[in-house]
Amino acid sequence: MDLTLFVWRQKGPADKGRLEELPAAGISPDMSFLEMLDLVNEELIRKGKEPIAFDHDCREGICGMCSQVINGIPHGPQKKTTVCQLHMRNFRDGDTIYIEPWKARAFPVIKDLIVDRSSLDRIIQSGGYVSVHTGGVPDANTVLISKEEADTAMDAAECIGCGACVAACPNGSAMLFTGAKVSHLAALPQGRIEAARRVCMMTAAMLKEGFGNCSNHYECEAVCPKGIKAKFIATLNREYIKAIPGELIKVRGKSGSD
Amino acid sequence: MILDGKCPTGPLAEKWDKRRQDLKLVNPANKRKYKILVVGTGLAGASAAATLGELGYQVEAFCFQDSPRRGHSIAAQGGINAAKNYPSDGDSIFRLFYDTIKGGDFRSREANVYRLATLSNNIIDQCVAQGVPLARDYAGYLDNRSFGGAQVSRTFYARGQTGQQLLLGAYAALSRQVKAGTVRLFPRTEMLDLVLINNEAKGITIRDLVTGKISSHAADAVCLCTGGYANVFYLSTNAMGSNVTAAYRAYKKGALFANPCFTQIHPTCIPVTGDHQSKLTLMSESLRNDGRVWVPKTGADARHLKDIPEEERDYFLERKYPGFGNLAPRDIASRAAKEVCDEGRGVGPGGRGVYLDFSNAIGRLGREKIAERYGNLFEMYEKITAENAYEQPMRIYPAPHYTMGGLWVDYNLQSTIPGLFVLGEANFSDHGANRLGASALMQGLADGYFIIPSTIADYLARTVPGQASAEQPEFQKSQEQVETMAQKLLSIKGKKTANDFHRDLGRIMWENVGMARSRESLNRALKLIPELRAEFWENVRIPGSRSELNQELEKAGRVADFLDFAELMALDALHREESCGGHFRIEHQMPDGEARRDDDHFSYAAAWEFKGPDSNPELHKEPLVFENIQLATRSYK
Ligand SMILES: Cc1cc2nc3c(=O)[nH]c(=O)nc-3n(C[C@H](O)[C@H](O)[C@H](O)COP(=O)(O)OP(=O)(O)OC[C@H]3O[C@@H](n4cnc5c(N)ncnc54)[C@H](O)[C@@H]3O)c2cc1C
Ligand code: SF4
Ligand code: FES
Repeated sequence: MDLTLFVWRQKGPADKGRLEELPAAGISPDMSFLEMLDLVNEELIRKGKEPIAFDHDCREGICGMCSQVINGIPHGPQKKTTVCQLHMRNFRDGDTIYIEPWKARAFPVIKDLIVDRSSLDRIIQSGGYVSVHTGGVPDANTVLISKEEADTAMDAAECIGCGACVAACPNGSAMLFTGAKVSHLAALPQGRIEAARRVCMMTAAMLKEGFGNCSNHYECEAVCPKGIKAKFIATLNREYIKAIPGELIKVRGKSGSD
Repeated sequence: MILDGKCPTGPLAEKWDKRRQDLKLVNPANKRKYKILVVGTGLAGASAAATLGELGYQVEAFCFQDSPRRGHSIAAQGGINAAKNYPSDGDSIFRLFYDTIKGGDFRSREANVYRLATLSNNIIDQCVAQGVPLARDYAGYLDNRSFGGAQVSRTFYARGQTGQQLLLGAYAALSRQVKAGTVRLFPRTEMLDLVLINNEAKGITIRDLVTGKISSHAADAVCLCTGGYANVFYLSTNAMGSNVTAAYRAYKKGALFANPCFTQIHPTCIPVTGDHQSKLTLMSESLRNDGRVWVPKTGADARHLKDIPEEERDYFLERKYPGFGNLAPRDIASRAAKEVCDEGRGVGPGGRGVYLDFSNAIGRLGREKIAERYGNLFEMYEKITAENAYEQPMRIYPAPHYTMGGLWVDYNLQSTIPGLFVLGEANFSDHGANRLGASALMQGLADGYFIIPSTIADYLARTVPGQASAEQPEFQKSQEQVETMAQKLLSIKGKKTANDFHRDLGRIMWENVGMARSRESLNRALKLIPELRAEFWENVRIPGSRSELNQELEKAGRVADFLDFAELMALDALHREESCGGHFRIEHQMPDGEARRDDDHFSYAAAWEFKGPDSNPELHKEPLVFENIQLATRSYK
């Protein structure tokens, strides 16, 4: 197949960036989208030009590193598929393809298609964990967890932290990502104890990082490569509302003594 | 030099406790005076950094991805072993220990493997406490499955994403320490050199992958948790970034490299479709429970699959291993597949594939049952190959997967350089010549959560904190060397890309140092590798500069190390005149084609010492002593 690509080129955060037209010739339908870009890059290098910078690692759809907006859709046209698992047979000979980086205020562009997603890490650092020390924990079977709860936790825990949900959201909201983590831990007895605190910390962190709020566009669910359900945003909201009174009392109670 | 593994004496089951009694402790108030560098944030690194931070040390953790959550461990699918014996099917710590040692063809250390089996149980408890959603049954108890030929169900799992969930658990623990201020994270950072002061590991030199800036970090000890080197074959099941750089550069600074030739080739991967291919995808081994492996009896067959009658198909695993059939172990099944393809009977593009046929099973059990068992794998297969495996057989082929070799460490996980500790796949310690399924995750977490916190304290307790500083001449010199290498790479301005060389190296390695090696093929590799390396240093082309994000420069540095390391791997394979586990020398086989191990001459870990760029490395041997088990032959007929 022969294709015409329009690729976002941006030297660095300070550069304005523009779309560059690049031909991609002799593409096999068996290639993954990233392998197609590898080929284009090898050509560019041989011609003494700069290859397109893009993020990737596992190329198996699991690390969450790859991140490209293809023809306006984060991770491209195929449902529940990361860019690295998208194959060229989904395109036709002669197609024109637009490739851009994730676009969101909280994800500054580093170069070309690479953006900085460390804001997602900071959301987790704010409280997306169970505060357990290593060692001295009870036998794993002493806390029983029903299969339904374990499955719900797992449905949420499958999030790969790619950020496509943010990129697809008109508000640049990270609520699917955060909702997934909050729901995962809130579904388990080990995570319940800190649930109220966790949801407040993580919500505050989202705001601080410049992510927007959910206004029910469902674009996140539509592009999520792991099929994370928007119902977890509802769980996030519910956990938040549940948490507020308790947390407020705690804060009030504290302000006297602190 | 006789290498001493420093295993404690006394009864096997008491060795680790005994060692922990003997190890020195660091006073809690003093812990924060010590700084530890953890390179790598896969399972081994993330668990180590989190736990060391929690104990109160100052930790700095580095990885080349944009987030520690993306370490290659994330890709592990199958599960993690533990000797919990929850299903009450006769499992025990001793049995897990024995299976692991035997699976490794008796080329690992007894004491280490026993400790691993013991700690496996703590790992499951720890992960569950962190909220890792391991599979549960309807009564709420943890669920197990069997894996990798074991006769007991000891594998814990989280759907097909066990590695992901375990890593997210360790990453969460790490994130908690970041918030607590004990761990500082350095993502998008690559370690390019190890720095020694008075022959002890006291820091690293790094490149900031965004700005290109080279700088150094000084500390009181360094932990390398940088994963395996299967990408020396170019195509492998590993993530694209997996590399040997950190380990190889530590080797150049004096850390011995043990058993580099022990690599595992996994039999059930999706075959290569063409030169464009950048990696190989693993299909779970469980498929061989129901799929039958075959190729046409006579060479390439132009007929449609369905027109090849039963009597013209060669079910070669069932024919050769009537006892185990399609379930023959990884090394055996892999070799058999390569053989039939080498005979020109391989199927699919390029003739590098064999059929994995479910038509019998579908006939017997119905399509629905098969979909229930393997549906997600069939989907993944279809995404990659555009073939429907319910309608026609899958095509599979072996692929490099895991490396049992790595930097040599003693029982305390310390390398031959004091202060340099090596954890997880980057060390050589627990798997011998072959790794059983579901045991790498176990090892990474045992090393990180439970072993290193005790053993590193012993080293630190004998060290005055804060003696190294990045201003010292050793660090300056290291930075200069790193800068010079980058400058040199950029100045070549040749005609071939780093990837071209990596692909060429992969071909040499796969053909000559792959599943079956011979004196002849290894000598060929030892001739071809230096030639390719020489060409690399004259003809590689790297665009851009070093003071910016430059992925080609990153790649070229890693390829340069693979080109050096490949030679060491071939040399090790050449010297080991026996067949064991993943190392099969065709000169050493039984009349029936099975591997012939030579315990009298090769019951040792081969550890290589770097002797300078133009000299051969020197071989040191750590004899393996078995006090508690009898060495036995592995047979699967
Ligand atoms: C597809 C697949 C499936 C698998 N399935 C299973 C399974 O089911 N069960 C099982 O037990 N095992 C499995 N394994 C094996 C297992 O996943 C690995 O052996 C294990 O995860 C390795 O963990 P690690 O922490 O040692 O290294 P890794 O997870 O590879 O982490 C390496 C880390 O080092 C960093 N790094 C490397 N070099 C540098 C450098 N120079 N500078 C800075 N950082 C660096 C990386 O950024 C990364 O963070 C599987 C492997 C593969 C490939
Ligand atoms: S919720 Fe989905 S789209 Fe968002 S980060 Fe997680 S996996 Fe990616
Ligand atoms: S590269 Fe890992 S998910 Fe795409």
